[in-house]
Amino acid sequence: MGLGIVKGMALTLRHAFRPIITTQYPEEKLVPSKRIRAPQLVWEEDRCTVCASCAKACPQGNITIVSEPLPDNKYGMKHLEIDHGRCMFCGLCVEACPFDAIHMGRDYEQATYRRSLLVLTREEVRLSEKRKASGYFRPRFEAEMPPQTLLIYGEKKGK
Amino acid sequence: MDWLHWIAFAVFIVVFVLGMSMFGIWLERRGVARLQMRPGPNRAGPLGLLQPVADAVKILLKEDIVPERGDRLLHTLAPIVAFVPALMVFAVVPFWRGEGAGLVPDMNIGLVYLVAISSISIVGAFTAGWASNNKYSLMGAMRSMAQMVSYEVPLVLSLVGVALAAGSLSLVRIVEAQSVPFILLQPLGFLVYFLAALAELNRTPFDLLEAESEIVAGYHTEYSGMKFVMFYLGEYTHTLAAAAIGATLFLGGWKGPLLPPFLWFLIKVFALFVVIFWIRGTLPRLRVDQLMAFAWKFLLPLALVNIFLVAVEMSTQSLRTLWVMVAVNIVAGVLAVYLFSRLGRVRGGRVAV
Repeated sequence: MGLGIVKGMALTLRHAFRPIITTQYPEEKLVPSKRIRAPQLVWEEDRCTVCASCAKACPQGNITIVSEPLPDNKYGMKHLEIDHGRCMFCGLCVEACPFDAIHMGRDYEQATYRRSLLVLTREEVRLSEKRKASGYFRPRFEAEMPPQTLLIYGEKKGK
Repeated sequence: MDWLHWIAFAVFIVVFVLGMSMFGIWLERRGVARLQMRPGPNRAGPLGLLQPVADAVKILLKEDIVPERGDRLLHTLAPIVAFVPALMVFAVVPFWRGEGAGLVPDMNIGLVYLVAISSISIVGAFTAGWASNNKYSLMGAMRSMAQMVSYEVPLVLSLVGVALAAGSLSLVRIVEAQSVPFILLQPLGFLVYFLAALAELNRTPFDLLEAESEIVAGYHTEYSGMKFVMFYLGEYTHTLAAAAIGATLFLGGWKGPLLPPFLWFLIKVFALFVVIFWIRGTLPRLRVDQLMAFAWKFLLPLALVNIFLVAVEMSTQSLRTLWVMVAVNIVAGVLAVYLFSRLGRVRGGRVAV
């Protein structure tokens, strides 16, 4: 006889006194997962042998990598270009790299005003303080990353 | 002097009611957001208070579109026909104590006027659906016609109990007759009024006409810009009007201890308004057959039971023992609802629309 409605109303009323679960994004940011595949690729020069495994693994053909012979029978990189605009961040290049030289990034705010700005060259994709690698497929980075914010009641403080 | 009074109150009602509607929009959005553990609009102004203003400015700048094969004249008239009655309802509502507490609060057929005026907006809804030349608009309009006409019957019958108990159709007299609010003396009548009013307003859980999963937005699918504002604001003005009538007829209007009468009136109106959006935040939408069965098989008999109870109490003069009758009526109301929900088969009932 409508007692179900009363129960439902009481339930929603109880919800009204719970903390707000929504995140006010630009002001309030959550720490993402340690294994985030953020829309950026990070390249580590020291480890790279210019084998072009990443370029072969890429289903889109986004990675342009050109090698050149160096003196002393060495093998050097002439040119590297990754089109982040066409990349779908599947992570296959990261998994294919035999020397752990290319990683997924952890910064998810990668919007630009022009598509041409998304075509990144060798200097721009290099691992640095600003361009950090994520723990995806790379346990050594995962260890140093902060734990993810979980959306459980009470976890989010303030507000 | 009369003219001055009327002009002053006409302006007061337009400004006050529109202001309250905007506030109501804000209150509902914030309130429902709280029920859903969201913050709600919080960018425009302190606590998002200016959000309705921002929305209004945005929507006024939008293009006014009339469908190519639609009826241009009716398409323009419909929102006006739907919106104006909501304002006109407030003409007979007494805002505070005394003769000059409204436009014509002491109109001797106030209750009849209310019922008559609030039915007019159905015409606006149907005109909008017809003039839009859109199947979803027309279907929404048909649904709202069927719904509003059906629920008009229990709504009016629930008001009969009030008129019987007060011995007058004037809203001022009705408020004065409430030595205890009629919600205590006629809980059944209030229940029927409230549910029927929810359906009249096309609010959740009775908002079938704008079931977006089925028929886009009902009769105002093809509306944009200023005309859409009329429907949108009209919806909230109607809600406020229903809350104001409910507060006047069942909650004792301006009456109350300590606080000034006008404040009491506002508190009661917004208390009802809060319950309305609380229900919106809780209940899912009814099915069409459930909707019709609910009106005819549940609310209508209950409204008749209520009239019968009040009539018996009035004719036997039993209202002298006031608090005994309050208890008796509450028990009778609960019993009636229980029996009807047990005996009447509303849920499985099928009523062709």
